[in-house]
Amino acid sequence: MSDAALITPLRAAHAPGPTPLLPLAVRDLTLRFGDTTVLDSVSFDLSPGGCTMIMGPNGAGKSLLLKLLHGLMAPTSGRIDWGGHSAHAATPRQALVFQKPVLLRRSVAANIDFVLKARRKDRARRDALLEHVGLAHKTRQPARLLSGGEAQRLALARALATDPEVLLLDEPTASLDPASILAIETIVAEARARGTRIICVTHDLGQARRMADEVVFLHRGRVAEQARAVDFFPQPRSAAARNYLDGRIVV
Amino acid sequence: MGEALGLAIGLVLSGDADLAEIVGLSLRVSLTATGLACLIGLPIGALVAIGRFPGRSAVLVLMNALMGLPPVVVGLLVYLQLSRSGPLGFLGLLYTPTAMIVAQTILIAPIVAALSRQVLEDLHVEYAEQFRSLCLTTTQTVQALIWDARYSLLTVGLAGFGRAVAEVGAVIIVGGNIDHLTRVMTTAIALETSKGELALALALGMILLVIALVVNGAVQTIRMSAVRQAHV
Ligand SMILES: Nc1ncnc2c1ncn2[C@@H]1O[C@H](COP(=O)(O)OP(=O)(O)OP(=O)(O)O)[C@@H](O)[C@H]1O
Ligand SMILES: [Mg+2]
Repeated sequence: MSDAALITPLRAAHAPGPTPLLPLAVRDLTLRFGDTTVLDSVSFDLSPGGCTMIMGPNGAGKSLLLKLLHGLMAPTSGRIDWGGHSAHAATPRQALVFQKPVLLRRSVAANIDFVLKARRKDRARRDALLEHVGLAHKTRQPARLLSGGEAQRLALARALATDPEVLLLDEPTASLDPASILAIETIVAEARARGTRIICVTHDLGQARRMADEVVFLHRGRVAEQARAVDFFPQPRSAAARNYLDGRIVV
Repeated sequence: MGEALGLAIGLVLSGDADLAEIVGLSLRVSLTATGLACLIGLPIGALVAIGRFPGRSAVLVLMNALMGLPPVVVGLLVYLQLSRSGPLGFLGLLYTPTAMIVAQTILIAPIVAALSRQVLEDLHVEYAEQFRSLCLTTTQTVQALIWDARYSLLTVGLAGFGRAVAEVGAVIIVGGNIDHLTRVMTTAIALETSKGELALALALGMILLVIALVVNGAVQTIRMSAVRQAHV
């Protein structure tokens, strides 16, 4: 599925950007909706390169954390520092694949064309991108008629079209079949190999084991644990992570 | 009545020149007004749909209220502007098709604005976060929303046209129903009926009905093809 026509421009496109976005420092990040605190004084650091998995039970605040990191929302208090840039300033250098992909009411090809044009990228890359995610045979089809897995792959192709330095993924393989999961993991691994920093939310333990270099475990809006993957999966330190990995409910 | 109906059908089938002239002017006035109303109403609808500014809810209330403007009131207001003693009287537009176009534009621009605001805002709710993630400019956002809502916006335009072509109050006041000059279908029906000339009135009535049917058929077809292409 890899394609020279795709990879070369992607690699070239990493060069710009005044200073690198990583390391990332998150300090005392708190998000409240009225009286409910959904993120409570979250602090962690991410180093350049690799893949960080954000894990935790439903409602732990993972999706909201991604949106804050991406600069789509403002926290109630606390600080996000992308190598000296605010989250808002970092948005154009990142891409977020949402938990529920939002596709334009256009053809598959037009969804990619739209982003390439809006972001002033080389329009000729469209076919390579669609080829890359295995949608080359669906270019003319209305995007909203794609299956769940195909829609996720199109959303991923659209994210890659912007040449992100950081790729934020919110459960990119939820409800997909094993082959589609593998396809998406392969694409993400290739992006990572080209130097894209991956931050991915997942509930899929197998996937977390396959992809993670590091895990940030959220529980009730707090960081329960941050650990290297090789340490986390065999020996989680926090009770919350232990219960989660054992399949015991921790909500 | 039966006799009048027979005459009316005869008129339509024979392609009567007077009839054709009246229908032609009606379509010209109402289609032009619809086009102008879209040029004015669509950008306003789009701005209110995606804009967040103080007084926005007041603007929404105003837009929705203006949708129900009575045609006679619009006619009267335009008349006051265009009449010889009015501020725009020097233009000499009263009792011309242009005056009718102006009145109908004012009548339906709020309809286009209010309905397209609703359509675009619903779509924007769905797209907004993705668009912010992609760092689109406001212009890019508006263009994308209008393009992706094109089927719904077409039906908005048709709704405006339907209202314009069927109204009588505004055009009769500013147009004056002058034969061969400003006589359109609705004013002709009103006049002919009051004179007891039912044949021409009925013929025009039938044509208006057909236009209404065609407009609704078009709306239905657009909806169906939108559904087919997963546009809803
Ligand atoms: N706008 C909002 N107002 C109030 N509460 C909200 C709002 N948005 C999210 N929440 C709450 O914040 C909490 C965290 O939401 P979030 O979507 O981040 O969870 P998550 O960790 O991604 O869960 P999942 O694994 O189910 O996707 C949830 O309890 C949710 O109900
Ligand atoms: Mg989530």
